[in-house]
Amino acid sequence: MIKKKECVAMLLAGGQGSRLYLLTQKVAKPAVPFGSKYRIIDFTLSNCINSGIDTVGVLTQYQPLALNEYIGNGQPWDLDRTFGGVMVLPPYQGSKRADWYKGTANAIYQNLHFIDKYDPDYVVVLSGDHIYKMDYSAMVEFHKRNGAACTIAVIDVPIEEASRFGIMNTNEDYSVYEFEEKPKNPKSTKASMGVYVFSKDKLYDYLKADEEDETSDNDFGKNIIPAMLRGGEKLFAYPFKGYWKDVGTIDSLWEANMDLLGDRPVFDLKNKSWRILSRNASNPPQFLGNGATVENSLITDGCEIYGTVINSVLSSGVKVAKGAVVKDSVLMSDVVVRENASVFYSIVDSETDVGVNAKVGEEKEESEGITLVGGGLKIKDSSVVPSGVRADEAFLDSLYKQAQEV
Amino acid sequence: MATAVGIIFSNIHDNNVAELTRRRTMASVPFGCRYRLIDFTLSNLVNSDITHVGVVTNHNYESLMDHLGTGKDWDLARRSGGIKLLPPFITAFNSGNNIYNTRLEALRGIIEFVSSCNEDYVILADCDTICNIDLSEILGSHIESGADITMAVKSMYITPTIRKGYEIIESDEEGRVTDIADCAGNVSGYKDVNLNIWVMRRKYLENIILDSTAHGYTNLSADVIAKNLSRSDYRIFRYDGYFASINTLTDYYMCSMDLLSSSTRDGLFNVKNRPVYTKVKNSSPTTYHDGCEVRNSLLADGCVIEGVVENSILFRGVKVGKNTVVKNSILMADTLVGENVSLNCVIADKDVVIRDGRVLSGHETKPFFIDKLTVV
Repeated sequence: MIKKKECVAMLLAGGQGSRLYLLTQKVAKPAVPFGSKYRIIDFTLSNCINSGIDTVGVLTQYQPLALNEYIGNGQPWDLDRTFGGVMVLPPYQGSKRADWYKGTANAIYQNLHFIDKYDPDYVVVLSGDHIYKMDYSAMVEFHKRNGAACTIAVIDVPIEEASRFGIMNTNEDYSVYEFEEKPKNPKSTKASMGVYVFSKDKLYDYLKADEEDETSDNDFGKNIIPAMLRGGEKLFAYPFKGYWKDVGTIDSLWEANMDLLGDRPVFDLKNKSWRILSRNASNPPQFLGNGATVENSLITDGCEIYGTVINSVLSSGVKVAKGAVVKDSVLMSDVVVRENASVFYSIVDSETDVGVNAKVGEEKEESEGITLVGGGLKIKDSSVVPSGVRADEAFLDSLYKQAQEV
Repeated sequence: MATAVGIIFSNIHDNNVAELTRRRTMASVPFGCRYRLIDFTLSNLVNSDITHVGVVTNHNYESLMDHLGTGKDWDLARRSGGIKLLPPFITAFNSGNNIYNTRLEALRGIIEFVSSCNEDYVILADCDTICNIDLSEILGSHIESGADITMAVKSMYITPTIRKGYEIIESDEEGRVTDIADCAGNVSGYKDVNLNIWVMRRKYLENIILDSTAHGYTNLSADVIAKNLSRSDYRIFRYDGYFASINTLTDYYMCSMDLLSSSTRDGLFNVKNRPVYTKVKNSSPTTYHDGCEVRNSLLADGCVIEGVVENSILFRGVKVGKNTVVKNSILMADTLVGENVSLNCVIADKDVVIRDGRVLSGHETKPFFIDKLTVV
């Protein structure tokens, strides 16, 4: 091998993200739009290139079309390279076997030949469904300094939430002596972020052993990390300080969007030293008309605002007509809110049309939860979509029927 | 299928808006929040499947090179064809430090490029024609009529006070060109204005260049076209969409303000299947803070708005501080406007800083221009 890479990243993007319901019916979770002009996977891909990792395998499985199309040749992230770059790795049919990815570890196992091509010393395993900015190169340095077999990035979480995470129990020098998946009585608040650095040879050894074990779930958290601990390998926890959010649920997706707002946002996208890159459509600039009132919101190219937008995040091409009100909401691309319609405390997926005088959701204080409206739907004029529901086509049909009967 | 190569003149009309072209070409003059003038011509070519483009430069083209890069933002990073910058050069035949002055001399400088193409047709276009035109239509009409040259024109109302570099083309009922002349205040009424988008066979252009070298001609319209009107078949192609060209700073101001009308934006940006491409900058979305008021304004991404913005055009990364009022103004990329500032009819070039408490005002007939990198 004449050329090699020090580091190769494997990005797990195959999960369905079923707790995002309607949003992931047609696209995989990493391809869900986020923060006005991004998709969830942009954050991980941008972290890679900003950390100097230019070889990224993206493991896809669930609804890969939109994700494949979005990643393309990787050009928006500067990942179109002659040696390396981004490569989408779907499950495939081999000469001996054909399998779906059985688990996160199995997905990597089935693509060891991709890693082989670059002969790396370290393999960084990432998930494509977290919102954060992180310098992986600093973590690799930490890994090297400790001579570790595996380093797991951890973030401090409140103790009362710790039982939702995989928890690392560490010694003073951050070496890990115990790993507990979703413990009832957590001993520490160091939660795994799903970001791993492996020394390549160790990773290969344990992946191969795991593959032979038929009882295994082939999962990093459940199987590989515990096996490495049992095998007496050096495992370290890498403490990450900063913003990190798993956007696996509707509530957390909404919260993460809101974290971008405010005079001093919890998560700041404007820092030019760690730019988040994304694929851009060619939209004209945003236009705010004469009657527009916009407060504490993020708006991007292609939007046209004639009504009121408060505490909201709008993706490209959203139209808000005169007299319409959008508040505490996340509107994905090309959503149309027509005259005098209102959208409160909702997430509305792409290309949905909210008719004249229609009402979606309730003011946050009075609502029964976030209203979720699917993509490509037509909400009829003057209809009311109650708060806290998941409105898809069938839901709207029954809603209209009820309205007729009344 | 007929193939065509595009040739864009990037320094043409530089003198029209000296303020904006001191440090750049006309082609790279910022326009419409996130574009440079050349984006419109380039997008027109790409949207018409013309993916081999030569950009003729003369001087000051660093900002243009930076903007175009490899051409990938226009999908023009191609192994065959793609975009090619054609800077002037000194040869044994044009000794001294003379680089070209006119369109015809510019073409003479790129004769090698013209001869080396293998497309049948060539489309000549200016960098500062702001329109959204389907060039395959004019190419089709050119081929069908069998004309020597087809020139795109737009009918506009001309008054004797307009003397701004328009060329007026007269034609007969069949669309044959009968006269071509500068607009010098001697005509008025509806006239066909030359859009400087010309289609011809590539070989025909080669012959024009060689012939003009032989005869020492320098002006394409006066020396070549006007002299051959009776002998050759020049035709017009009528375009009736949105068109603007910038001839003075006031013109620049007016054309920019035109974008605040939705019919202009529809005619320029929202034409189906014909988007306008530009360099991708990956700015964050624009942040509107509590207490900001934005009315009738066009904004790019990456802005942070805390004050009042009215009837204005804000480019990428502009910051408007608290209690500041920006009215009827054009603020180019990364302009920083502090707190308690009042701006009216101001054009701020890139990277201008306007400190707290400043009050600046021009008039729409004479906008107040602030040069790049100035601190006020």
